[in-house]
Amino acid sequence: MNTYSVMIVGVGGQGTLLASRLLGNAVISEGYDVKVSEVHGMSQRGGSVITYVRFGEKVYSPIIEKGEADLILAFELLEAARYLPYLKKGGKIIVNTQKIDPMPVVTGNTVYPDSVREELQKKADVTALDALSLAVEAGSPKAVNVVLMGVAAKHMNFKADIWKKVIEETVPPKFKELNLKAFEMGYAFN
Amino acid sequence: MSEKLLLGNEAVARGLYEAGCHVVSSYPGTPSTEITEFAATYDEIYSEWAPNEKVACEVAMGASIAGARAFCGMKHVGLNVAADPLFTASYTGVNGGMVLAVADDPGMHSSQNEQDSRHYAEAAKLMMLEPSDSDECLKYTKLAFELSEKFGAPVILRLTTRVAHSRSLTELSERAEMKLKEYTKNPPKYVMMPAYSIPKHIEVENRIISQTKFCETDSINTVEYYDKKIGVITAGNCYNYAKEALGEKASYLKLGCVYPLPEKLIADFAAECDTLYVIEELDPFIENHCKKIGLNVHGKNVFTLQGEYSQSLIAKVILGEEKEFNKADISIPGRPPVLCAGCPHRGLFYALKQEKATVCGDIGCYTLGALKPLESIDTVICMGASISSLHGRNKANPENAKNSVAVIGDSTFIHSGITGLIDIAYNNSASTVIILDNSITGMTGHQENPTTGKNIKGDPATAVDIVALAHAIGIKRVTVVDPYNLKETRDAIHTELQTDEPSLIISRRPCALLKYVKHNPPLKVNEEKCRGCKMCMKIGCPAISFKDGKSVIDFTQCVGCGVCTQLCAFGAIGD
Repeated sequence: MNTYSVMIVGVGGQGTLLASRLLGNAVISEGYDVKVSEVHGMSQRGGSVITYVRFGEKVYSPIIEKGEADLILAFELLEAARYLPYLKKGGKIIVNTQKIDPMPVVTGNTVYPDSVREELQKKADVTALDALSLAVEAGSPKAVNVVLMGVAAKHMNFKADIWKKVIEETVPPKFKELNLKAFEMGYAFN
Repeated sequence: MSEKLLLGNEAVARGLYEAGCHVVSSYPGTPSTEITEFAATYDEIYSEWAPNEKVACEVAMGASIAGARAFCGMKHVGLNVAADPLFTASYTGVNGGMVLAVADDPGMHSSQNEQDSRHYAEAAKLMMLEPSDSDECLKYTKLAFELSEKFGAPVILRLTTRVAHSRSLTELSERAEMKLKEYTKNPPKYVMMPAYSIPKHIEVENRIISQTKFCETDSINTVEYYDKKIGVITAGNCYNYAKEALGEKASYLKLGCVYPLPEKLIADFAAECDTLYVIEELDPFIENHCKKIGLNVHGKNVFTLQGEYSQSLIAKVILGEEKEFNKADISIPGRPPVLCAGCPHRGLFYALKQEKATVCGDIGCYTLGALKPLESIDTVICMGASISSLHGRNKANPENAKNSVAVIGDSTFIHSGITGLIDIAYNNSASTVIILDNSITGMTGHQENPTTGKNIKGDPATAVDIVALAHAIGIKRVTVVDPYNLKETRDAIHTELQTDEPSLIISRRPCALLKYVKHNPPLKVNEEKCRGCKMCMKIGCPAISFKDGKSVIDFTQCVGCGVCTQLCAFGAIGD
């Protein structure tokens, strides 16, 4: 198969790194070559965060450029719009409808645009969901990342079993049940 | 043998383990930090955080001379600090193998400049290897030890952010236990003074000649022929970008060793191809070598000197191909990184803003204090420069001392702030230095340091007593404040600025993200009392936003630090 490119975008602290690690390990279980690219350091302090996951028969570049992503998994609405140019023609956006004000909005220098969702839907194939509520229902607002991975796994036609195994191997034992539940809720989302 | 998805830095650490490395000493710096964090998970390796990169490099040299396989890791700017021992280590050579890893940061994801460390290999006359993915990170680390021992000199391993911080499949093997080599007293080898250094320099030049010969034929440099209309000479991650963009439309010379560079190998490849491109991020290092040996290559005439490359950049430049994409037709506010909710630096920066102080800043999370709304930092140069540049500022015009301060973190102070503070005491400037002691090395992701009382494994260690240290070097005025207490903090700054002698303020409060820090319950805004004056928003706390004319506190982020409470004139913020 051709290389499949997933961009995971969000706000520092939302758990995008764990999500990319789960996806990386899951595609290995499926027998693919994979590259995952993360950014550490400065951008983790509440800034805009991007990780790339690319898999296929043989993957060279670890990064994704404009017009190349098959799937953008956005943990926050504004971040989906920011990285829309990276979506391939015919690509898919899965977006958490949660809004987190960036500092220029907090300080009143600018406003959070109010028609982000509509704008995304005009330009791309979008699945929007309130992953935060689902995560809270699963047991913790911190499980937003795993809820979204569930939705993404379903979209990419992965079997749920492989994912559950990877989750069990990746997250600490005391969060296992919470994350499995969060994953299932995402996987069942339609 | 097994395969695992490893981060580039994790694979370097695994390479250290498998190579039988004995001693690792490093100073944290993005994107190199995780090498040493992962190395510390292997009990077979002695690992430590050193106070700075110069010390780390000297520790590794000492271990090598004692017969061990030794390693030090750092970011690109750290190599500036370690350059002094490294240049002479090139003369003494090694006993046990010594490898120094340096991680460059094209695109400056987390750095203050974009320097190209390959120049150091040439300047110090040391071999430099550059892996392109995690599997090569592991293999090249092991190879670097072999080559270090084969040629008797340190070998540099160069990484870039995308290699250091990307995960790819990596083949693992067992550790080879290495015995310490015997140390024999040998002053002509290890005592570098003119009589011994002069013959050593001849050895260094001869070594480069033999290393160049080695690079002509060794499999570290590889040639792949496909279509020969385009020939690509490249190294590191740029090889991946080129392969992705051009596939079999081009032939490739991938240089696993970027210094010294072969001549015949490159010339032979060039002779096979019609048009040659050198694809390398940052400076025209390989390109200049190609031009020196008389080749007609494209390089920085078509590719940028700045930032990171990508497959699409290469496709655009060489093939003229561009991908279609959509963009949102709405204005999207930026999302810069911010000081975390409950960050102890926030109160200090607010107090400095109130004092209208000119602030000589330094390297760490607190550099973010330069951004809106705090805007409390005026200069940032390099590790330690806050203190020494404040001294220079105050010597240039003694009036400056009345409103200028230096701010520096605990780890950065230990790294290279102490010498600046000694300068202030010794040469008596009425400077006011503030150490932001948050009990951890924050920016790079929570590493222990000599002030925290713990070593790299989290075990108890001797802690530097900063107050006693300041007294010992001759700073008489030392005040400790809690930056969560705005009045106390501002009063201390005000008093010390007006004082006509050197002074040190220690702004002490652990990083709010440390696991052992107990937080207060989140604060709430009393909607009836809130007048919507936005005073609480002047501190740039990410937990506070403004909705329908009132301030709102996000309970998921607030840690109850109470700094905003002190700003509210209407008593609207409370438990």
